[in-house]
Order: sequence, then C-alpha cells, then structure tokens
Amino acid sequence: MATVITVRAPFAFMRRLVSARLHRHCCSTVQTACFVSRPHSYSLIAGQQHRFFRTSYVAARPVLQFKLSDIGEGIMEVTVKEWYVKEGDKVSQFDSICEVQSDKASVTITSRYDGIIRKLYYDVDSIALVGKPLIDIETEAGQVEGPQEDVVETPAMSQEEHTHQEIKGHKTQATPAVRRLATENNIKLSEVVGTGKDGRILKEDILNFIASQTGAILPPAPFQEIRPPPPAAVAPSTPAAKPKEKMSPPSIPTPVIPKPVFTGKDHTEPIKGFQKAMVKTMAAALKIPHFGYKDEVDLSLLIRLRSELKGLAESRGVKLSYMPFFIKAASLALLHFPILNSSLDENCTNITYKAAHNIGLAMDTSQGLLVPNVKNVQMLSVFEIAVELNRLQTLGAAGQLGTTDLTGGTFTLSNIGSIGGTYAKPVILPPEVAIGALGKIQALPRFNHKGEVVKAHIMNVSWSADHRIIDGATMCRFSNLWRSYLENPASMVLDLK
Amino acid sequence: MILRLLNRACVLSGSVRLKSTLSTFFDEMGKSGIILKSATTGIFENLALEDWIHDHVDLQNRSMLLSWRNSPAVVIGRHQNPWQECNLPLMRRLGIPLARRRSGGGTVFHDFGNINMTFFISKKKYDRHRNLKVITSALKALRPDLEVAATDRFDILLNGHYKISGTAAKLGRTSAYHHCTLLCSVDRSVLSSVLKSNTSEVIKSNATPSVPSPVRNLLDVDPTLDSDTIMNAVASQYSNEFGFDGPVITVDPSHEALMPGIHKMAQDLQMWEWIYGRTPKFSVCSSLVVDDVTVKLDMDIKNGAVEQCAMEIPEDWLPSEMVNEFTSALNGSKYCPNEAAVLVAAFTRTVSVTADVAEKIHRLCAGVVSVM
Repeated sequence: MATVITVRAPFAFMRRLVSARLHRHCCSTVQTACFVSRPHSYSLIAGQQHRFFRTSYVAARPVLQFKLSDIGEGIMEVTVKEWYVKEGDKVSQFDSICEVQSDKASVTITSRYDGIIRKLYYDVDSIALVGKPLIDIETEAGQVEGPQEDVVETPAMSQEEHTHQEIKGHKTQATPAVRRLATENNIKLSEVVGTGKDGRILKEDILNFIASQTGAILPPAPFQEIRPPPPAAVAPSTPAAKPKEKMSPPSIPTPVIPKPVFTGKDHTEPIKGFQKAMVKTMAAALKIPHFGYKDEVDLSLLIRLRSELKGLAESRGVKLSYMPFFIKAASLALLHFPILNSSLDENCTNITYKAAHNIGLAMDTSQGLLVPNVKNVQMLSVFEIAVELNRLQTLGAAGQLGTTDLTGGTFTLSNIGSIGGTYAKPVILPPEVAIGALGKIQALPRFNHKGEVVKAHIMNVSWSADHRIIDGATMCRFSNLWRSYLENPASMVLDLK
Repeated sequence: MILRLLNRACVLSGSVRLKSTLSTFFDEMGKSGIILKSATTGIFENLALEDWIHDHVDLQNRSMLLSWRNSPAVVIGRHQNPWQECNLPLMRRLGIPLARRRSGGGTVFHDFGNINMTFFISKKKYDRHRNLKVITSALKALRPDLEVAATDRFDILLNGHYKISGTAAKLGRTSAYHHCTLLCSVDRSVLSSVLKSNTSEVIKSNATPSVPSPVRNLLDVDPTLDSDTIMNAVASQYSNEFGFDGPVITVDPSHEALMPGIHKMAQDLQMWEWIYGRTPKFSVCSSLVVDDVTVKLDMDIKNGAVEQCAMEIPEDWLPSEMVNEFTSALNGSKYCPNEAAVLVAAFTRTVSVTADVAEKIHRLCAGVVSVM
C-alpha cells in the first residue's frame, strides 16, 4: 500500500512535467476512478514517432500493449521469424521477445518492461507492422512506461541525452522509468548507488534506497528472468537464472545455523538419437544369458614388435597401434573356433556360422558409443587392418559413419583399456554371440621360466559369451589360442593367412 | 595479451593493459571510429568476434569497421534451411564446414578470395547505403573506370550484372551491424557446386530462400586488384567518410582474456542445435528408387529433428511391420545421416531378420540418408 500512496501524491506535479510528451500511466484499480474519465490528450513533436497506450484494467494489474518499434531505414513491415516467449511467460526488461526479419536484416526485439506475456499478436512467418501491437504484457501495478529507448533516426533531439544528468560532474545513468520512480519518491539520483552496468542506477537500487530510508514494506522483487533459448543475443548484464546454493554463513560458536537450501531442479528430457539406439540394443542383449571368462596376457614381445614396425607403418602414412594385432589374432583364433563367430536365430532353433570375420570395434565418440566393424579380417594383413582402423576412426571423429560400417559385425572387441580399467564385463551386441574387453597395459612384476622376477607388460582380457551355445571350455581354449598368438607374435607369422 | 597493429601504428604489450578487455581499450582510446582486422581465418571464431563486439562494445558514440577472411566455408542466414541452400553431402566430402550466422539474408560461400566487412554502429545511425557507398567509392578510387554500383537490395553489382557483394544485417536493442562480402578471387567452381542443393525440390519450407545471382571476381576484371589492396582502400575510404584517422588494429579472436566469453560464443556457433536445429519447420516429400522399387518418403522436420516419418513401400518388397519399425526408429532423431545410420544399425540388431531383408533395409537406409 505504501507505494500506492507515494505514487499518487506527485502525479499533478508529474503531469506538468510531461505535458510535452505523450504518456499514459498505468494505474491500479484504486486510482481507476480518478483517471478513466480523463480525456485522451497528447501533443506531437514534429518528426517524432508517437505511441499510444490503451490500458485495460484487468483486476489490479494493467496490461500494456507493446508495439513494434521503428527499426530504421523507413521499413514498415517485418516477418516474425521466431518467438522466444509464449503466453504466460514472465519477462524482465531487456529480455529477448522475438526475432523479426526484414530485407536481410535480423532484428532482436527486447522487452521494455517486467511482466507476464498475455498475448502474442502474430504467428511465426506472419507479417508484423511497425507501430502496431506486437504483444500484451501484464505489468506490475505502479510500473510506468517510458519513452522508446531504441528509437532510431529521430531528427528531433535524442532522447538518450535526457537520460544523462550531470551531477557533480558525474553522469548518472538511469532509464526514464527509474528516474520517474526516484522523482516520485523525492530521491536524488546522486545519493543512490548504482549497481548496474557502468554504475547505472536500476529500479532495485531505488527500492533498496527507499527501504533503507523509510523501513517501509516494499513490493515483491522483480520476476525471475526467463532464460532465452541459447544462444540468443541478450544484453550482457542480464544474468541467467541458475539454481543457487545458499551457503550457510560460517559462524563462530552461535547455535543457530540456517539449513542450506538446495534449489536445483530435476531435469527430464526424452531419450532420443544415440541414447535411444543404445537402449534398444542393450534391451535386446538382456535376452542373452552371458557368462564371463577373464585372463591376463603378457604383451612384452608384442610391444617390442610394434615399436619396430611403427616407423615403417608411419612411412606408409598409417598410425599403427596394438589393435590391428589383437584383431588379427582374434580372426586367426576364430578359424579354429567358428562357433564364436556365429549367430543364433530368434527362436533358438538354428545356428548360423558366419563365413566372414567382421570384427567390430567399440568406439567412444563425442555423441556416444558406436561400433563400426572391419570387414573380412580373415583376408586382411595386419597393415591393411591398421589402414581400415584409421579410416573408421577418422569417420567416427567426424560423425560420418554410415550404415555399411555400422552393421554386419560378427564379433566385437572393446579397447576400454585405452581410457582405463583392467577387468570388465562387456555386454554382447546381438546378433553376435561373443565379445571381448581389453584392459589397460600395465608394467607388472612376473616370474619368468627361470623363476626370476622380470618386468612384464600385462593386459587383462574379459570375454563374455552366449551360454546357450558356447560353453566355458570353448571360450577358454579360444582365449588361450588368442593369447598365445599375442604372447609369441612369431607364431602368428606361421599361421598368417 | 598483445594487440598487433598493422602498417602505421604502435605495438601495445600486455603489461600496459593488464586488466582491460577489448571494450575498455576502445573506451580508453577515446576515438570515435576504429578499424579492425581479424587475425584468424576460422569462420566460427570470426562470427563470434562479430557477436562479441556487438554485445560488449559501446557503440552509441562510436562506429567500427572489421574486415575478415575465412578458409572455405558456407554460411547460411539466421532463418534459412541448409538442406535447401547448399549441397551438404558434397560439403561433407570436401570438408567444407557449414555455419549459421545471426544476421538475416541469404547463403554465401567464403574462401580466402572473399573479403568480409562488418560495419558496427548505433541503431540510430544505422544506414546500409552509406556503408556500401564506402566500398563502391573505395573501388572507384582505386580504378576509376570500374563500373560498380549498389542496388536497392543492398547488393553491389559489377557492370550492372554480376554480383560481387551481398549484404546482411543484425539489429539489437541499441546497436546494429551490417556485414557484406566482396568477391575478389573466390574459387567460382566450388562456389557454384556447393551452393546448389541436391534436395531443394523435395523440401517444402518457409525459410528465407536465397536468390541466386551470377557472380564475378574483381580479380577477373583487373588482375592487380588483390584482397590486401582492396582492404586497405576500403579502410581509408571508411576513415574519410566517417571522419577519423587511426591505424588498423589487428585483433585475434582467440584471446579469451581480451574478450571474455568469446570462446564460448564460438563453441555455441558450432553446435548442431544452432547450425541445423535452428532451421524453421519444413517437410520432405520424396520418391526414392531402391532396388527398382519406388519408395515414397514423407517426413516433417522441426528443430532439425524428425517429428514424423512415413513411408509407402510395396508390401511384397518389405513387410509393413518392418517398415513401421524402421520409421519409428527414425522418429525423434536428428535429421542427420550419422544419427540415422546409428539408429538403423541398432534397429537391425534388435529385430531378427534374414540376410536379404537386412540387405534391403540397408539400401532403404542409404536412400533415406541421401536426402539428409
């Protein structure tokens, strides 16, 4: 109530001051009787744009029509391209309302008031006219509208100049709305500390000043700003609404410490895209009874071999990692255990032994898990596998893997160790029946055949297989064969196809 | 942070201006006009630089000119549809990135032979014709018999026929920028192949369409007109027109300390949600031929994601439950070949199909992806 009283008193004073400009003040219902019968009077300054405001009295909150302001160059129509707000949204002064386009210029229209959006006058892609209403905003009681701040090409004096007062040689910056509030409450702007950009005095500063002066109960704080959809061009001084954690003040022995209030909110979003793909695949994998088998592999000799070959591969333009060796060894072992490269049909009535070894690689991309595969590994040399891997990795990083690369796999290896970890429990990707996860390579002490402790490079492997058709013994023998190829790379040369 | 200055100027070292950002530096300079040149050729960094200046520099009593060049890229306007404007599969093959700028207007192809110029000014003094006059006057000062003129659509035409410059603008609350291209020595064969969409006939949309025009390079008309000569001429003409003097300042958009927040702006410009997701609603209606079978495809795309997908396929080629599964797999996904491939791959894992049905699904997917 206090504000209503203070606003009423200087109105006659205000009317004298602003007779040269056109204004309609928002009023609360308390003052309805005083103003509704007042004739509409205004005067025009030649060459200056004028504004009309019809206020409709809805309960105690006035609804202002916000008109589309002039955007320069004599343009009279624009197309509304995107709305950033909808009816019922709360906005603050300077929040972005919509984006309009005219003649290759894209214009962001910002709000002049704090309030709630009550009506949008246009749909997307309709033509909006300059000077006609764009939206209706329901504002707080007592808020007054000011002259346009973003008027362009006014031949008359710039309205911006009026917003600067020279007081004690310092320019005090405040919008006309804030200035009015100060004048109505008989406050000197020079006494108020501005907390806005460049020391600008904001409405909150005036209200805080009033509170400190009179101890009066003030109207509630301005609405929490809505966050415009990123990335919109918003004035930098508008803070985004983020959940804040109130920190309890550290106090020296005083009993009462307020409980910290967590204002974070749960965020729900629909599952789509890559996540949806993973959900579907893993739900299907659940039907497969998995068993695990783990072992460790001594890669000391392989490491030496790779370091010898690395330079040669690079001279041919290919990066050589350990994966091509793991993949080729797996393919050689699959020749002896074809059941691991098979597929079971839906009713578990038939088993299909796949001829090609299309070995899949679990790849971690920025969008999620992808499993492209190298086709026909049984026909490729280690170098050719390395070339294929490079190609798939480049495509994966660029987000350009296609269906051919992503489908048709028959067996999968996951090099999770490149990120970290030792043992894992990988999930089989249907319609395959086996998968292996490779841990990281660690330098560990081991006993050699002479009983001495030597430094060995150990990697752990974790296999999972479909227990409906694969038994532990088969998996174990496959793993031993694969391991022997890697622990003694020379033996790979003997069986290389 | 060090500002490197071009030609006649002094070098400012970091120790002198430890706490200031680029905008306080301009304030301290006290000049009413500043000419800048970007040190990088990354499209996203340069677009972020434009936005940063627009948001952070006080332009009420000041105007600025920024000139910049990029490595090959295609830039679409704020409200345009990339699928309608350019050949995305070709761009992916050639490694040419796509960017969406915040100003309106049409689609352009940038490479090192194209100069971009951005005129920053307050909204009150915003006048595109004045800016274009700076460019045409500069060119005429260099070569008096060069026939260049600005049209009322804010293009600059050479010999009344060939477009050598296109314009776009962005207006904010208190300030505005107007930028334009200038074709000096652009690779015209890449330009024409990349700016010709492969799917425009099948797209129905309300996005701002580009108006294609015949183009010409200034270098074709006069081999001595290279980018540096032209940039210097425009800079001095700008100084004459707006009445200031001063050196051209080189700005490096990767200096986060000098321009806090610019790195995030550049990141935001590269997000899929901005480049593709900001496309106004459109629908795709296409007839594909897969394995001699005609497949009718109908998709509604909103915010770059498939809102609704329907396919008409002869029942004998692929059973309808399979078709329904396929379309529901695509529903809600991004209109993007990679995402479609991943979803179809996941879909084929989860349904038990014979080998030849799996093959058909792959070819169907390849057909669908060809319009993405």
